[in-house]
Amino acid sequence: MRVSLFVPCFVDQLTPRVGVATAEVLTRLGHEVEFREAQTCCGQPSFNSGQWDVARPAAVRALEVFRGAEAVVGPSGSCVAMMRVFYPQLLEGTPHEAEARDLASRTFEFSEFLVKRLGVEDVGARFPRKVTYHDGCHALRELRLKEEPRRLLRAVKGLELIESEEGESCCGFGGLFSAKFPMISTAMAQVKGGALVRTGAEFIVSSDPSCLLQIGGWISREGKVARPLHIAEVLACRD
Amino acid sequence: MSDPRSIFLKDATVTSADGTQRAFIRKALGGYYVNRDLQKARYRDWERARDAAALAKWNAVNDLAVVLEQFTANFERNGGVVHWARDAAEARAIILGIAEKAKAKAIVKSKCMTSEEIHLNDALEKAGYGVVESDLGEFIQQLRGEAPYHFVFPCMHVKREAISELFTRHLGTPPTDSPEELTMIARRHLRQLYVDADIGITGANFLVAETGQISITENEGNARLTAALPRIHIALSGIEKVVASLDDLSVLLPMLATAGAGQPMTCYNTLYSGPRREDEPDGPEEFHLVLLDNARTRLLADPEQRDALHCIRCGACLNVCPIFKNIGGLAYGTTYQGPIGSVITPHLRGLKQWNHLSGASSLCGACTDACPVRIDLHHHLLHNRRNAAKESPTWFDRAFHHGFSFVIKRPWLFAAGGRIFRATLPLLRKLPLPYMGAWMKTRDLPEAPARSFREQWRHDHA
Repeated sequence: MRVSLFVPCFVDQLTPRVGVATAEVLTRLGHEVEFREAQTCCGQPSFNSGQWDVARPAAVRALEVFRGAEAVVGPSGSCVAMMRVFYPQLLEGTPHEAEARDLASRTFEFSEFLVKRLGVEDVGARFPRKVTYHDGCHALRELRLKEEPRRLLRAVKGLELIESEEGESCCGFGGLFSAKFPMISTAMAQVKGGALVRTGAEFIVSSDPSCLLQIGGWISREGKVARPLHIAEVLACRD
Repeated sequence: MSDPRSIFLKDATVTSADGTQRAFIRKALGGYYVNRDLQKARYRDWERARDAAALAKWNAVNDLAVVLEQFTANFERNGGVVHWARDAAEARAIILGIAEKAKAKAIVKSKCMTSEEIHLNDALEKAGYGVVESDLGEFIQQLRGEAPYHFVFPCMHVKREAISELFTRHLGTPPTDSPEELTMIARRHLRQLYVDADIGITGANFLVAETGQISITENEGNARLTAALPRIHIALSGIEKVVASLDDLSVLLPMLATAGAGQPMTCYNTLYSGPRREDEPDGPEEFHLVLLDNARTRLLADPEQRDALHCIRCGACLNVCPIFKNIGGLAYGTTYQGPIGSVITPHLRGLKQWNHLSGASSLCGACTDACPVRIDLHHHLLHNRRNAAKESPTWFDRAFHHGFSFVIKRPWLFAAGGRIFRATLPLLRKLPLPYMGAWMKTRDLPEAPARSFREQWRHDHA
């Protein structure tokens, strides 16, 4: 299959290795991977801030960028939820509504694409470490993905998956929320980050790089030992 | 700096840093989660039950004028008197009028959040009436001089020792750490007040249109005494509490108990059918119902958020909300705390003044999953944000997002801007920039990579 990568803007600038790992896993599975360089940001920061008129052109741009793509795959539940769930709402009643729905049907979160679209669980990865998994809220509640990433992780050789307390709790990122209400966001990071660290896992894995930015940022500041890692990076590891 | 937003920011900053309070609230909710899941598991299909409950409320709310009229006709046939109140002031005036006409002195109340909404106690006390809350949690909050912390568990944040001290101070009872003894102290104190009171004021959980009855759910039995012993019973209810039939009630009552308190059913579920009849030995001589609009019809006119009127005030959304659990109930500064409060308060009290509550959410959606009547809570927070940005935009938000939009429409500018951002990140970290400065106070940003993804891709695929 020809897969068009949808790389979140902050992954592009801050954690490009997540995009690289995503491409690597898909290529290894025999798919042709492309990256359309016209893509930038999906517009979610403006959408979530209530600036729908500003977010709308960003959405229309994304429709143009990914026009004709067989499948659009993004390593972020949040950015994919923006395209899948919120673009059709944002563009409802505009001439772009039908195309938004069409794009939504062709857009997948990375773990979802592997498990649900391709039917793959074992990608041939090996990662003999203790990891715990953090569900990003958009993946969990907008895209209803919970088992998909876990199936992929359980199939990784040597990997030990430890579930945390506060399993379905939010890490407190929430985009600009984390900077507009930093005190609440930090309290949430303490609760969720604390629970993840208490599992004793060496790595905190998630399908959402934005959550990892929050959890990783808090862990780094607090001097904890666990490291944030995107699920694509785990799946890209081999012997 | 006394606008609601500033007060919220100040209070939430204090409470979100209070680890002791946070641990206490989490512990208090721990038992609830266990019991709720236990009771949910007894349903053959909880999700289908949510559908049924949502449909029952949808039917009533979407046909409100008809169902309400059916209810009031039957309520009046049962001997009750209906009063319509457009807003809080009208509701207060109606209740004061009834009290005055009855030459009442003492008033006893059972739990009624709608009375908090219209600030009824203040008005009654100012008019010279003695008012006592008979729900244990509300009674404690009344003695503390504090608003309810949670609209179902009003004093969940108060430790047992503090309750004992409070009773010692106000009621002169000896200190105790036994919850049973504390309950008995309150009970002994309140019993005589029911007998002395001229008026009992209750809320209503549901108004049943087909029978004209008022359904009240409680765990302590105080609402029954409040409704039965005084010679006048006044019930105060929002107009959205109506349901069409007893069948609907049979779906909603157990769900209210399970979602709200982790119970199979609440201990006492009573249907009140009018004042005392000639052949009856007890009950009130008069039975008044004050039906309150107070911006509910405005919410009804909004098809997008109308489902917020489905709310049965179970509090399930608060119990799972990470914002509520970290800032606590008082920081909201509202009658209704938590996600439902953040959704409806802008409608009740003004979007411009209260939109910050919709902003103060990571939009995690735990509330929407918990809601037994399927209110699309977290998406309504987004809708409020959108409406506020349209109605009263701030120059900073407009400038920030238009600037951001200018950049992301131009991939070359995005790439160039990104390069500059990465190159200057060590410096930027130290500057008091908007947003980034707030982030950096408690969290680090990763080291900037030498190449962005797009640069790496171009390099690898050249």
